[in-house]
Amino acid sequence: MFQSLIDWLDRIGPRLQRAFIEGDRWKLYLQGLGTTMELTVIALIFGVLLGLIVAVIRSAHDQQRIGRRNFVLGVLNVLCQIYTTVIRGTPMLVQLFIWTFVIFPTQRNKVLVAFIGLGVNSGAYVAEIIRGGLMSVDAGQSEAGRSLGLGYFDTMRFIVIPQAFKNILPSLGNEFITLFKDTSLAQAIGGAEMLYYASTIGGRTFDYMPPLLGIAAMYLAIVIVFTWLQGRLERRLRESDRR
Amino acid sequence: MIDVKNLSKSFGDHLVLDDISQHIYPGEKVVVIGPSGSGKSTFLRCLNLLETPSAGTISFQGTVITDPKVKIDQVRQQMGMVFQHFNLFPNMTIRKNITLAPVRTGLMKQEEADELAGHLLQRVDLTDKADAYPSQLSGGQKQRVAIVRALAMRPKLMLFDEPTSALDPEMVGEVLDVMKELARDGMTMVVVTHEMGFAREVGSRVLFMADGKVLEEAPPAELFGAPKHARLQDFLSKVL
Repeated sequence: MFQSLIDWLDRIGPRLQRAFIEGDRWKLYLQGLGTTMELTVIALIFGVLLGLIVAVIRSAHDQQRIGRRNFVLGVLNVLCQIYTTVIRGTPMLVQLFIWTFVIFPTQRNKVLVAFIGLGVNSGAYVAEIIRGGLMSVDAGQSEAGRSLGLGYFDTMRFIVIPQAFKNILPSLGNEFITLFKDTSLAQAIGGAEMLYYASTIGGRTFDYMPPLLGIAAMYLAIVIVFTWLQGRLERRLRESDRR
Repeated sequence: MIDVKNLSKSFGDHLVLDDISQHIYPGEKVVVIGPSGSGKSTFLRCLNLLETPSAGTISFQGTVITDPKVKIDQVRQQMGMVFQHFNLFPNMTIRKNITLAPVRTGLMKQEEADELAGHLLQRVDLTDKADAYPSQLSGGQKQRVAIVRALAMRPKLMLFDEPTSALDPEMVGEVLDVMKELARDGMTMVVVTHEMGFAREVGSRVLFMADGKVLEEAPPAELFGAPKHARLQDFLSKVL
């Protein structure tokens, strides 16, 4: 028992050496991390833009005056509802497979496909987050804006959205963390992100433990740092409330 | 100035306004009183279409504003509204609160609006608060800013929805003073309030509402001096 532990510890050095140092493999992890971060940030930006559009359409539709229902807005609202329902009701991996093998079967750049898949997925969740944020702003605020003669979009832009943003921020941070971890699914369609390199190296060295534990530690470290940053930002925003 | 014909409003099965017809003349100060739940606020909110009437028509300066084709934003630019809970924009300074709408609606340039805001704030004695945020103001100060914010659009008519009901008692006076001054300057006003003293002093006509109807209307001296309707007598005995 004791002896086998010593043997295991004895072999750990060379295993780490093979997984991270030999042939400058550590560079591959960093390269993968770069792609992972890129996927996260771009997909989130894409998701936020898409989510904002969907959220504004849906809340604009819900706030129309009776007797002035706009037909185009009605159609857009139904499309948005279908979008959020389908995306939130199917697994992310299935969606990624559909993008890769059904919609873009000839696209070689799998990272690009992953951008689209992750962005479209994230958009549906962000839309609901933003919609919730818009609803959290007191109705009196938009009434005040409208009573002054401001239009719907000016009222949203100058009054409602800036206030909603503060309420949205925590959920948006969580979405960022979720998305960051979900980028690992891109490995399944051949997107060369962190997990992709880790499993390639694992296969080549016939030793999966060091690379997988290694990237797990990297994911964890980044999430911890980000959570800390998020907490600081929220505290700052809360302080400005008490001004 | 405003002509209301057969206005009804119901929320679901609940009839809040029951076939109201009223005419408000330029320069008139109409004060609406009545027990809570009588439909006073809903009546006021229908005038600038914050509530959509279920039936009836409202005309403002000859335009039927209940017509779905009317550009409601343009109509609202001419009607100021003051809310019970002030509804100042907490994310902007007081100056920005006042200038946002006049500038965005193209009524004036930023410099003109800033100048106007300065004048208006001086009138309500809040010059030093121009760069403060709403959360730094007392209730009475907030409501005075809210009045000024509405005035910055140079409205032809001002609607007040229980402007002193959310205030601490010692702050009611400062807000009423601003409203009285506004009345003296000849502004057309529709005021929903529980301040009977204000109604008596400033009102040119008082409407008593209950159960979604206007049960009695008269100049204040007559309405308070010789109330005819039993509901009004009962109401006045409770509040005076």
